[in-house]
Amino acid sequence: MGIEVRDLFLLSPQLGMAAVAVAVVLLDLLVKRKPLIVVVALLGLLIPLVASVTLWDVVNRQGAEVAFNGSLVVDEFALFFDFLIVGVLALLLLAGTEYVERFSPHQSEFVGLVLLSGAGLMLLPAAADLITIYVALELASLPVVALAAFLKAQNSSTEAAVKYLLLSAVSSAVLLYGFAFIYGATGTVRLFPGEGMEPSIAQALRAGGDGPFGGAAVMAGAVLATAGFGFKLSMVPFQMWTPDVYEGAPTPVVAFLAVASKAAAFAVVMRLFYTALGPASADWSLMFAGLAVATMTVGNVVAIAQSNVKRLLGYSTIAQAGYMLIGVASVAARTPGTTDDALGVSSVVFYLGGYAAMNLAAFFAVIAITNRTGDDTIDGLAGMSKRAPLLAGVLAFAVLSLIGLPPTVGFMGKLFLFNAAVSADLWWLAVIGVLNSVVSAYYYLNIVRTMFLRPAEDDTRIGAPIPAQVALAVTSAGVLVLGLWPGGLWAFAQTAAGGLLG
Amino acid sequence: MLTGIILVPLAGAALAVGLRRDARLTRWVALGAALAELVLALAVFVLFDTTAGGYDFEVRVAWVSAFGIEYHLGVDGLSVPLVLLNGILGLAAVLVSWRVNERVGEYFMWLLILEAAVMGVFVSLDLILFFVFWELELIPMFFLISRWGTGRRDYSAMKFVLFTLAGSAFMLAAILALYFSFPAPGAGGLERTFDMTVLAERDLTSLLVPSSLVFAGFLIAFAVKLPIFPLHTWLPDAHTDAPTAVSVMLAGVLLKMGGYGLLRINAGLFPEDLRAVAPALVVFAVINVLYGAFIVMRQTDLKRMVAYSSVSHMGFVVLGLASAGAGASQLNGVGLNGAALQLFTHGTITGLLFVVVGLVYDRTHTRHIPDMGGMAKQMPLIAVGFMIAGLASLGLPTTSGFAAELLVFLGTFPVYGPMTVLAALGVVLAAGYILWAAQRTMFGPRVERWDGLTDATAVDVGAMVVLVVPIFVVGLYPRVLTDVFEAGLIPIVQGLGG
Repeated sequence: MGIEVRDLFLLSPQLGMAAVAVAVVLLDLLVKRKPLIVVVALLGLLIPLVASVTLWDVVNRQGAEVAFNGSLVVDEFALFFDFLIVGVLALLLLAGTEYVERFSPHQSEFVGLVLLSGAGLMLLPAAADLITIYVALELASLPVVALAAFLKAQNSSTEAAVKYLLLSAVSSAVLLYGFAFIYGATGTVRLFPGEGMEPSIAQALRAGGDGPFGGAAVMAGAVLATAGFGFKLSMVPFQMWTPDVYEGAPTPVVAFLAVASKAAAFAVVMRLFYTALGPASADWSLMFAGLAVATMTVGNVVAIAQSNVKRLLGYSTIAQAGYMLIGVASVAARTPGTTDDALGVSSVVFYLGGYAAMNLAAFFAVIAITNRTGDDTIDGLAGMSKRAPLLAGVLAFAVLSLIGLPPTVGFMGKLFLFNAAVSADLWWLAVIGVLNSVVSAYYYLNIVRTMFLRPAEDDTRIGAPIPAQVALAVTSAGVLVLGLWPGGLWAFAQTAAGGLLG
Repeated sequence: MLTGIILVPLAGAALAVGLRRDARLTRWVALGAALAELVLALAVFVLFDTTAGGYDFEVRVAWVSAFGIEYHLGVDGLSVPLVLLNGILGLAAVLVSWRVNERVGEYFMWLLILEAAVMGVFVSLDLILFFVFWELELIPMFFLISRWGTGRRDYSAMKFVLFTLAGSAFMLAAILALYFSFPAPGAGGLERTFDMTVLAERDLTSLLVPSSLVFAGFLIAFAVKLPIFPLHTWLPDAHTDAPTAVSVMLAGVLLKMGGYGLLRINAGLFPEDLRAVAPALVVFAVINVLYGAFIVMRQTDLKRMVAYSSVSHMGFVVLGLASAGAGASQLNGVGLNGAALQLFTHGTITGLLFVVVGLVYDRTHTRHIPDMGGMAKQMPLIAVGFMIAGLASLGLPTTSGFAAELLVFLGTFPVYGPMTVLAALGVVLAAGYILWAAQRTMFGPRVERWDGLTDATAVDVGAMVVLVVPIFVVGLYPRVLTDVFEAGLIPIVQGLGG
């Protein structure tokens, strides 16, 4: 069973992404005009996009495909994240053009590393065995270390990189340890059964395959894996690095970490737990519910005290991850066999889509503003409604969406998440979630208040370059349109969830 | 029609902000939008058929079909007068904002969005849609209070938002619990739905969680808004620091959203639970009435005084509701009708009071009662407005305030005699504080400091007239509203077993 051409075809989105990354770095040697590199990268993103669309069509007609002897799966779920990550990267490159100029003459390395990490992120939701998951995770993480350190002149940037590297390594180790437990208990690393291959983890669990340690080993493995992924998800109690890295790293990298990296991490967590450990869901559902409560609450409460806008957004993403964990925990439907079954996963997938739009809008506005003012503090936003009315408007709108007020996608997303929680008899979790939104309203509105009510120290106008304006327009339109007509994305999310749950 | 009623102010808002460079034009655009809105609201009011029963002007479009969430609008006898009220107050609010000079375009944009959101609350028949409009109203309020307010506006705006959000958190949980109490589509039995009209016909006693919890979820959200003691502390702050027009809208229609919710959802969907809590509710009602009234007495800030009088008057709404919950009595429809009428009349009366207070403040730049006196001499028109509003507020016959309070007492007395007597003390206290305030501000010796001040302009008089008309019309002929309210309340009263 060697590698067949079809395997490569099924891997084409990831391959395409990696190829663009390499091309961008090589191109740097040839071209003098550096802005051209971003254009090439943007056009290059069409390759993984087209590949994903083609595969979507294939999967739609023939169902999910497994490739590379069962280590890669291509289904609607994986493809959804391909689209999401390609979209996020495109918007990031657009919005970050101006910021990236300060890395001159290393723009192309920056772009290349972002794309390379993107390839890893696309591989994560498609990984079909534990080893591929690990490899994909490393591919996604290692470029980020370099990216975090790109502001070489600033100590905080280096500090961020070192922190990310060390914690990434530790969490990988913990993750591998957990995987080892799962393998030990079940005798397999596969998430999917294949012809002529050993059974999948889920099959082994169902067969009651009591390995040397029995169910306890699987649970230990699940807990350790959760801890390992918890780092990527910035889940409490593994969130400590988030504010520090967010504060020190270049803002586009922060946006990348907060949106793309988190989305892929959620994808792989859902893949692992729903597909492989599904039979043990009664055991881990409550664990995620508890983690959701801790993550939301810590994120929101600590965010109140922040004075740096990037740190604040860091804590805000922690809280947002907490909301999404509600969806992960909502496994058990009240009435099995109905559409309720998929509510948990669909709501997380939907929220990730909306989260990408609103968080990117917020980050892009912050990038545009701080890039000109050079001031990362919340006080530095004072008077922005006069200095940069549109940027302030977008940031305010994004923030209202993060609170979860209508008519934004944040409202719909939270509605669906809490909906899923109630459908799984976790209504207390929904109540805690909504109360957390109330807490979050305070610090989010504080940003609005600072921009609109406090006078500016100087009155110079702040504009944004055209590409960034496009990115801002796309993301804020996304926040509004998905908030008013969530049906399309929801149907997409349901299809994706259907792919995951089979 | 009802879609139009939501879109007209939104279109006006878009135009207002689009034309913001020309402040004069912006004002006229806002006025035009508010007038058009009032015409539409009047049309709904006139065309609504009180004899047909049920909902009129229904619009129903699938919105999020995966969950059966619909864009479902419709009005019944309960909501029609409130739609009209919102139209009236919207116009008054625009007129009273004529002198706003700071960022006029944005100001009117938020004001009109606020009007649209409140309209949405009154005409939504889908719980999620209702909730969307309920939350939507927070955004304009936050900006209006914090940017165009006075005093500790920053603090008050935040307090307002956080209180309402905290309350609606419970409402959302209650809505979802209600939804999931029924089986999924295709699983047989009564399907789950967010449709209020469908839910109103179902037996909601055995739910996913005890129905009293769901009831409580809604009650908390509405109690914050109405407000019911002890959840009222946001109100005096928000009122005091808000710009005049926003105080008018806040007292006039935003509080009514709470009362409307109590009648529509708590009484309409959960009659059993309402009966169970009625004895407790009546106590809270009396506390509201008396506590509010006593606090009014010792206010020296004119606006704060009016704000606390709202707390007192909203107690009568709760009282009427509690009397209906006491069941059995033939008269409980009367108490409920009184509560509904009180929503409307208090809207116009307190709206007018805030308009007058705003006009005074515009001229004197003070709201400190001891600084005032004898203003009837310098500003006779404003003084007339104040007296009309004041006398209506204390429930003088021929004004609408009398009709509403009388109905409430009529409904309540047979079931909660002693409590009604206590609450009636609130009327006596109102007479006291209103007349005392009038004496200290409008009459008495002339204060020379205020000699040069001008009286109300034509626009100001317009704002007052818009509100004075309904006060007298309803006062002289309450049936113009009670018949409509009754049409909407019949199903609720039947549900309560009256």
